[in-house]
Amino acid sequence: MLYLQSGWGIFALVSTLDAIPCPCASALLQVCGLTVTYAPRGERPVPALRGINLDVAPGEIVGILGESGSGKSTLALSLLGLLPASAQVEGSVLLEDEDLTKTADSRWAAIRGAKIAMIFQEPGLSLSPVMRAGDQVGEVIRAHRPGARKQRDQEVEVALKDAGLTESGRIYKAYPHQLSGGELHRVAIAQALVCRPALVIADEPTRSLDVTLQAEIQNALRDMNRKQGSALIFITHNPALLTGFADRVLVMYAGRIVEAGPVAQVYRRPLHPYTRGLLQLVPERREGAGLASVLTGNRLPVIPGHLGDLDSSAQGCAFEPRCAARTARCQAEAPEEVAPEPGRRVSCFNYGK
Amino acid sequence: MGNEATATATLHPGLMRTHGLSKHYIQRAPFSRTAFRIDALVNVNLEIASGCLTALVGESGSGKSTLASCLAMLEKPNRGEIWFEGKDLTSWSNRKLGSLRPRIQMVFQDSAGALNPRSSAEQIIEEPLEIQRRESGQRLHTRARELMGEVGLSPDLANRSPMELSGGQRQRLAIARAIALDPSLLILDESLSGLDLSTQAHILNLVLDLKENRALTAVLISHDLSLVGQVADFIAVMHQGRIVEYGSTAQVLGSPQHPQTSKLLASVRLLESAFRAASAGAGV
Repeated sequence: MLYLQSGWGIFALVSTLDAIPCPCASALLQVCGLTVTYAPRGERPVPALRGINLDVAPGEIVGILGESGSGKSTLALSLLGLLPASAQVEGSVLLEDEDLTKTADSRWAAIRGAKIAMIFQEPGLSLSPVMRAGDQVGEVIRAHRPGARKQRDQEVEVALKDAGLTESGRIYKAYPHQLSGGELHRVAIAQALVCRPALVIADEPTRSLDVTLQAEIQNALRDMNRKQGSALIFITHNPALLTGFADRVLVMYAGRIVEAGPVAQVYRRPLHPYTRGLLQLVPERREGAGLASVLTGNRLPVIPGHLGDLDSSAQGCAFEPRCAARTARCQAEAPEEVAPEPGRRVSCFNYGK
Repeated sequence: MGNEATATATLHPGLMRTHGLSKHYIQRAPFSRTAFRIDALVNVNLEIASGCLTALVGESGSGKSTLASCLAMLEKPNRGEIWFEGKDLTSWSNRKLGSLRPRIQMVFQDSAGALNPRSSAEQIIEEPLEIQRRESGQRLHTRARELMGEVGLSPDLANRSPMELSGGQRQRLAIARAIALDPSLLILDESLSGLDLSTQAHILNLVLDLKENRALTAVLISHDLSLVGQVADFIAVMHQGRIVEYGSTAQVLGSPQHPQTSKLLASVRLLESAFRAASAGAGV
C-alpha cells in the first residue's frame, strides 16, 4: 500500500496512511487485501477480485456499484464462502473477528443465515418450488434455533409482516408459483432477515422489477435495516438506486474498488473518470424530447468500449483503454489507492480532473 | 381521452394495426378443478407507425409480452384483427404464416435462453439465412461476418458459443440474427432488462442506428419509462391488458392523461430527482 516515487512520493505516502483500512474496533466486517482468482483446470486464470479493502460498520448501508463483470457478485459470494472450488482466495474477511476465508465447511452452516445472509437476484429461482413460502422462512429459524413449531410459526408471521406482506396468512400457505414477483422478493427478504443477521448482502435484488416495485422493495429493505440494525451491502449497476438509500458507495471496476466514499459526496463530485461515466448513464428525462431529438441523430451517452477480458499480466490501469483522461503513465503502471480527503478513496493518477 | 385509448399515429402510415385484439388464458389451480380466466389483452387497438420506434410500457403483468407475441403471431389472439401490410394475419393458417416469419422478427429478454448454446455465433446468424435459402457457400460466411460488423461484434467472436459471450454481446448476436432476413418489423421484448446501464445504452444506440440505416420499424417493450422516453417516437402505456394511453413521446411524458402513466412517471421522477439533487453540480 505504501509506495515512494519521485514527484508523487510524499503526497502518496501521506495520503495512503489515511487509506489503510485500520482494524477499527467498531467495524462489523473488515475485508483486507481480498484477491480471488478463478483458475479452472487447463484454462487461463482469471483475476476476479484484486486487493479489495473494505469495512462495514454495524447498521450501515453500503452500495457496490459497477458494470457486469466488474466483480460485484464474486465479492458477495466470497463473503458467504460460496465461491466455486476453482477459486483461489487470498487476503482476509473478518466478520466480528472471525476470519471467514479460513472457516471450515461445517462451521459455515452456523454463520450463513444467522450472522450473514444473502438476497439473490432472482428470488423465484432461490426459493424451493415445492415448499410453502412460510415453511421456507421457518426452515431458517429451525436451522439455527430449534424450538416449538408454534413459536416458530409466529416468528415467521412477524417476519413476513416486517417484510411488508400484510396478508401473511395467505403468503405463509402459498407456493412460490402462486406469488407475484414483488411478493417473492419480500419472502426472500423475510427469509434473509428472520434470524436477525448482523450483515445482509443483496445482489441486485431489484434487477428484474419495474420502477414502482423497485422502490417498494428498497423501502422494505431500509425499514428492516433501521428496525433490526442489520448492516446491508446492496449491489447494483444503477447509480440512481443508491441515492437517499445507501450511506457509502464503492465503485468497482475490473475486480478493484476504484472509488469509495459517502454517496452524497461521490455523486456531487466524482473523482474517478469511471464513476463520472457511470453517473452520466442515468437516463435524464428530457421534457418535450421525442421524435425530433431522435431524428436529429441523438444518441444516448455511453462509456466507450467495454469491460475487456480480465488479464492478470496486464500492467497499468484497467480502465485506461476506455478513459478519456488517460496519460502515458496510466498504461505503464497501475494507480495505487489514495485518500484525497477524509472518508474518500480513489485509484487514479488524474483523479478529479 | 376515453377509458381505452385508441392508438393511432396520424402523421406516419401504419405498418401494423390491431383492431379489438383480445386474448385470455385459462389457468387451473394445482390439484383442483377450479379454473380462472385471465384476460391478458382486452380490446387492444394499436397502430405501429412505419419507420418509427414505438414503446410499450407498463408494470409487470400488464400484458406487454402477450401483445408482443400476438403481434409476431407466435400466439393467436382469441378475438380481433392484426393488419400487417394490408392483410389480416389472424385468419392465416400456420403454413401461410411461415412465409411471414422473416418479415417480423423478435429479440427476447433472456438471450442466453434464446440462442442455441451448442452453435457458434456465426452459425447462429447463418441458420435463418440457410433455412430461407438466402445465401449459401462462401457468401453465407461473408454475410454472417457483415451482420456481426453491423451490430458491433468483432469477427474474432465468430467461433465462440453464446455462453462465452457477455450479456451485451449475446443480445447483439440475437439482434444480428433477427435482422439477417431484412425484417420490416423488429420486436424487442424486454431485451434490455437484465443488462447494465452502459450496455443498455449501447444496445439502444444500435437499435436507433438500425432504425435509421435500414428504415426499420421497431417495437420496444420495457417497464422502464425513463429509458424508453429517451429513444421512442411513440409510447403506448398498458395496464391490465388495455392500452390506457398512447401518443408521441413528448405528449405522453409532457402531459400524461391516464393515472397509470402518471403513476409510472411519478416513480421515475422520484428516483431521478433524488439522483439529480444528489449529483447537482457534478456536471453529470
